Amino acid sequence: MIKIKIIVCIKQVPGTTEIKINPETNTLIREGVETVINPFDTYAIEEGVRLKERLMANPETGQEVEVIAVTMGPQQSESILREAISLGVDRAVLLSDRAFAGADTWATALTLQNAIKKFDDWRLIILGKQTLDGDTGQVGPELAQMFNIPFVGYASNIIEINRSRMIIKRLMDDRYETFEVKLPAAISVGKEINIPRVPSLRGKLKAKNEQIPVWNKDELGLDDEKIGLSGSFTQVVKIFIPKAVYEVKMITGSPDEQAAELYGKLKELNTL
Amino acid sequence: MEIRVDISSCTGCSLCKNVCMYDAIEIKGKKAIINENCVFCGACIDICKFKSIEITGLSEAHKDFLQYKGVMVFIEQQSGSIADVSYELLSEGRKLADSLGCQLYGILPGHDLSLSYPEIFSYGTDRLYVIDNEIFENNLDDIYAKALVQVIHKYKPDIFLAGATGFGRTLIPKVAAIIKTGLTADCTALAIDPEKKILLQTRPTFGGNVLATIITRNSRPQMATVRPHVMEKRPVVEGKPSKEGVDGKVEYIELDVSNFKTKYKLISTEKETGQSINLTDYDVIVSGGRGMGGPDNFSLLKELADALGGVVGASRAAVDSNWISYPHQVGQTGKTVNPKIYIACGISGAIQHLAGMQTSDIIIAINKDPDATIFKVANYGIIGDLFDIIPKLIKRIKSGKNVL
Ligand SMILES: Cc1cc2nc3c(=O)[nH]c(=O)nc-3n(C[C@H](O)[C@H](O)[C@H](O)COP(=O)(O)OP(=O)(O)OC[C@H]3O[C@@H](n4cnc5c(N)ncnc54)[C@H](O)[C@@H]3O)c2cc1C
Ligand SMILES: Nc1ncnc2c1ncn2[C@@H]1O[C@H](COP(=O)(O)O)[C@@H](O)[C@H]1O
Repeated sequence: MIKIKIIVCIKQVPGTTEIKINPETNTLIREGVETVINPFDTYAIEEGVRLKERLMANPETGQEVEVIAVTMGPQQSESILREAISLGVDRAVLLSDRAFAGADTWATALTLQNAIKKFDDWRLIILGKQTLDGDTGQVGPELAQMFNIPFVGYASNIIEINRSRMIIKRLMDDRYETFEVKLPAAISVGKEINIPRVPSLRGKLKAKNEQIPVWNKDELGLDDEKIGLSGSFTQVVKIFIPKAVYEVKMITGSPDEQAAELYGKLKELNTL
Repeated sequence: MEIRVDISSCTGCSLCKNVCMYDAIEIKGKKAIINENCVFCGACIDICKFKSIEITGLSEAHKDFLQYKGVMVFIEQQSGSIADVSYELLSEGRKLADSLGCQLYGILPGHDLSLSYPEIFSYGTDRLYVIDNEIFENNLDDIYAKALVQVIHKYKPDIFLAGATGFGRTLIPKVAAIIKTGLTADCTALAIDPEKKILLQTRPTFGGNVLATIITRNSRPQMATVRPHVMEKRPVVEGKPSKEGVDGKVEYIELDVSNFKTKYKLISTEKETGQSINLTDYDVIVSGGRGMGGPDNFSLLKELADALGGVVGASRAAVDSNWISYPHQVGQTGKTVNPKIYIACGISGAIQHLAGMQTSDIIIAINKDPDATIFKVANYGIIGDLFDIIPKLIKRIKSGKNVL
């Protein structure tokens, strides 16, 4: 029997809650060292696992399905792959090479593409709709374009799916659109699509014992000038803190007085 | 390529270690050591007082981009009505074109759109390219991508801008991937480097806590998507130019669309029920959080929002409690908004919420807890019970009186 593979792309990001700004020096202070799975990618993992369960339960498809998590990042991102396994992903691959560092969305997509190419019979790539640190949402559509497969961003519901096609609903700015697309395809997901589960005990055990292969640039057949900062079309030239935090002006008095003053402010601001 | 610390000038002061968001710097023996977690973001280079850190071995762009000229703006329309962000971008594009001494082009794919042309020219557009074809009817991004790629290949703009709308954010990365050029998402500021004449693209990252300026190193066009409502609409022509006045500036492009096959079959489109809500379309957002206490009280906010010509937003806590639907959610996992006025009612100001609204022009917070974090980002704060204050405010707005 042919195995269908679902690829889930996840990234390790610094947890934003820990970023604070030192008001005196106007610099960032990071408290703690915690990194997390990019929040949107947890929905990607969950959707991959749910699709597996769905496809395997369907007598019509009745196929074996394997969910594979892929991340490109430093060695330490192995931990999020283990977490993905504890959540039901079958296996995981870490793409790690010093030369991958500094990749923009293009170089990231290209690296992911070359990794995914090594799997046969993958039918679906699931990504988060954007990352906390990069925050672009570009990797998905760029990756899909590199494979020349359809991309459905902001997916909110996979209505129907089998080996060769799916019906999928997505949320655009002010409307839902439902499409039929052929597989293979790529989608990106956010919190609308599901509620991620907590790791199972079995999953945790598997995660602990799993051997996670690491692929470097040679394994992916990628030259230095295609990857990392060298392979990127864009480059960060400056990072800085936005305008200093301003003083809040408190509107005080009785509720009546407060409402009156606020009304006056709104009038000044020309909204009335 | 590598990142290096000059050991002789490094004092081990830890500034770089503190600014690094990837735990890539350790201080050992009073020297900074950069480890493999580094993503070359450059934050440490910027902060270092001793200029001890540098990235070396990065090939400089030597390519000749002289054939790329002009600023091109993608004009996005839905059923013939043009997205506001397109006008904002034309205004911004005019500014960039002026500092480069080049032309501003609009590119408008669509079908049967002639009515909307004149306004496009009030923002200083030198030339408008129109592709009028029924294949654009359903706004399918792969069809649009093919068309835009042909246009870019033909006219070779130096800069290409599009709105960071849902559509723009899926379409433009595809275009960039086909053209093989850099793309910067969600910019909030654009400028031209006076010496190098390149586009400086500034965007928030880490949930708006940090701004990054990005350049397109060695490919053209320099492409960027820009958040709606960030740039100002600045008409340069009084009123709408006459139809005759613009005719000579409109050029219809004929594309061979025979090979434009789409990979999508659109089955249905539904407007989000209730009011059609695209939060970023509004200048005023009145948001409610857990402090609203329940779904029914949101009608109070709706009343206020209506009176101000705005829209209702919400915190995740309110959405998760099913008091209001997800498209209203503001924040890291919802919409990023920057209206002229954001009124936060019964919202504590969790960092994930702030990430979606702290760039608003004016923030007004109403909360009964004087220590609520929301007051740290607010311009005006009211400590009190929203159920006391908002009805009174609505009354005043409706009666038009602010005297007691
Ligand atoms: C990965 C992740 C992503 C997230 N993404 C988002 C996101 O996109 N958007 C988002 O909003 N949150 C997000 N959150 C959740 C966020 O952390 C907070 O839990 C949430 O924003 C809290 O919502 P709230 O302010 O409405 O509720 P609370 O924190 O419970 O605050 C309620 C406030 O209402 C005040 N209040 C109560 N009654 C009254 C009254 N009668 N009058 C005046 N004030 C009153 C209280 O003093 C309190 O400050 C995310 C969390 C995580 C972990
Ligand atoms: N380094 C990476 N490794 C694996 N997946 C990634 C990586 N970077 C981004 N992605 C995926 O692409 C999505 C969008 O990322 P971004 O374009 O950075 O906002 C993420 O939610 C991930 O699913």
